[in-house]
Amino acid sequence: MLKRTLLLIVFLILSISLFSENDSLIFLENQTPFEGFAITGKDIPNDGGGGIEIEWSFPDSLDNFFLTVLRKDEAGNNSIVATDLLVSSKQVRDVSSEEDPSRVKDGTKYYYTGILSKKMVDEDFLNMLISKENGYSKNGIYIFNNDTFYVTAETDAIISKASWFNLSRIPVVISLILISFVFLYYLNLAKSGKELYIRKINGLDAVEEAVGRSTEMGKPIMYILGIGYVTDIPTIAGLTILSRVSKKVAEYETKILVPSYDPVVMTTAQEVVKEAFTEAGRPDLYNKNDIMYITQDQFGYAAGVDGMMMREKPGAVFLQGLFFAESLILAETGHSIGAIQISGTTETAQLPFFVAACDYTLIGEEMMAASVYLQKEPMMLGSIAAEDLLKVFIMVLIIVGFVLSIFAYGFNIGIFKNLFDLLARALQV
Amino acid sequence: MGTTIGIWIAAGLTLFIYSFLYKDNPFYKFAEHLYVGITAGYWIIYTWAYVIQPMLLDPMIKNKQFILIIPAFFGIIMLTRWFPQISWLSRWSIAFTVGMGAGLGVTGAIQGFILPQVQATLVPLTGFNFETFNNFLIVFGVLTTLIYFYFSKEQKGVLRWGSKIGITFIMVAFGASFGYTVMARISLLIGRIYFLLSDWLKVLR
Repeated sequence: MLKRTLLLIVFLILSISLFSENDSLIFLENQTPFEGFAITGKDIPNDGGGGIEIEWSFPDSLDNFFLTVLRKDEAGNNSIVATDLLVSSKQVRDVSSEEDPSRVKDGTKYYYTGILSKKMVDEDFLNMLISKENGYSKNGIYIFNNDTFYVTAETDAIISKASWFNLSRIPVVISLILISFVFLYYLNLAKSGKELYIRKINGLDAVEEAVGRSTEMGKPIMYILGIGYVTDIPTIAGLTILSRVSKKVAEYETKILVPSYDPVVMTTAQEVVKEAFTEAGRPDLYNKNDIMYITQDQFGYAAGVDGMMMREKPGAVFLQGLFFAESLILAETGHSIGAIQISGTTETAQLPFFVAACDYTLIGEEMMAASVYLQKEPMMLGSIAAEDLLKVFIMVLIIVGFVLSIFAYGFNIGIFKNLFDLLARALQV
Repeated sequence: MGTTIGIWIAAGLTLFIYSFLYKDNPFYKFAEHLYVGITAGYWIIYTWAYVIQPMLLDPMIKNKQFILIIPAFFGIIMLTRWFPQISWLSRWSIAFTVGMGAGLGVTGAIQGFILPQVQATLVPLTGFNFETFNNFLIVFGVLTTLIYFYFSKEQKGVLRWGSKIGITFIMVAFGASFGYTVMARISLLIGRIYFLLSDWLKVLR
């Protein structure tokens, strides 16, 4: 009997010691690692709602510590916002996302708590803190399995809400109003019959030369719109130039091939070419199969167009639109078959390749201006004149900034420094 | 075994594509048609799995978001191009897409390019040092480049000179960009050659 009792006591002592080693928890209420140990939260300003920003400012010596942020809603449900953030990151955002649209609900009160620790936070400890029974309302020091965790007090109630206006974008609205006003003024001017001037764009004469040369050689013309979508401005400009080129093609009774990357661009190109052929009085020459879909894979498209170039051997190749890494592959193949090449894009990274491999290149905005120059429509001329006036405005702004900078930093005059900073801030978006 | 077959196919197709450097040939044609065909097929599946199903069908059927009937309608009328009598309907979708793109482009350009670019040109000129010279070059380069893109006046006199200096700045920038991109392309070529020599021929370890 005694033996059994002794064995039972030993077993009980062992069990208690094992249990306490695994789940020992010591709590020291209201103890903090430093004065002002707290996290703060606020609704994210200028957003569409569903977002709260949690911030903290701890001493630099704690930069390599970890911070775990927990959230409690007004119904008392606890959840984890983020675990083991480096203290040096200073903030975290608790936001709803497409995957979890109801994560932070507008109008609901949320309370946040931070757990500071030297080691990554223990999962069991975390589960214990967020369990409904325990909650984490008490701030202080928790020693769990010999690891120390400093828990902040709960923040005040924070409510997320949507903003009516994004005030950080005021410069954009002002610019938009200014631009709209200038555009409307020039469009009215153009409508009233005032003749607006646009200078000749280099390389545009080559359009007629290229189409004529191709016709003489009995070869088709290839028009490549790149890998942009119909919503991209360079693609739209490319389609306008395509209209003019197609008209010339119809007049010369030759053939135009338009291999397309995007089905909608292909459809639009078909419309443009059909209209141009009709305008030229040769709708019978239009063949919608000449404007074909290749593939929506960048290099698949490049391989397809290259192969077509080698087989059809066009006399002229137009590369007008949005191009990326495939630009040189296309331009080099066009060059190798001896075609006259006229290119144009707004992609600054691709323009060097076009300049190197093509006969004529429309650089950036020249492409848009070229489409206006070719059409010479009063409304479009008005838009170019408006753009030019805005460029003058920008130049004036830069010159003002330049002069202010000389006085502010060159001569160290305080008032100019303030003015310079004010101008820089006004342009901040 | 599967990996080995995959490596042989990849190596073979790489060589087929590179054979284009010599001239157009049946091997290149085979690789080209295979590539174009596979990618076209892939994009059909991709569009179904990542656009139509998650963005249209699932929200409409599961979440009852019937507002999506409107974009679905615009999508469907694009198919009217197969029927010449009503093919004009497809222009509605095209007009909507083009208009939306142009409209979004305006605010996007102001916010993403114009204002940040102007702000980046407001640089401090602190005295006679290299930084000031550098900042002066930025301002001067931007101004002359803007002159190059001024279309409403014939380029004579000051405009002509400004424009000439502007295009010089542009060409210098293009030269730098060209060199930088060529370097990146060479690294791609090295990657491909490494694959052939290492994974395929096992010459490199």
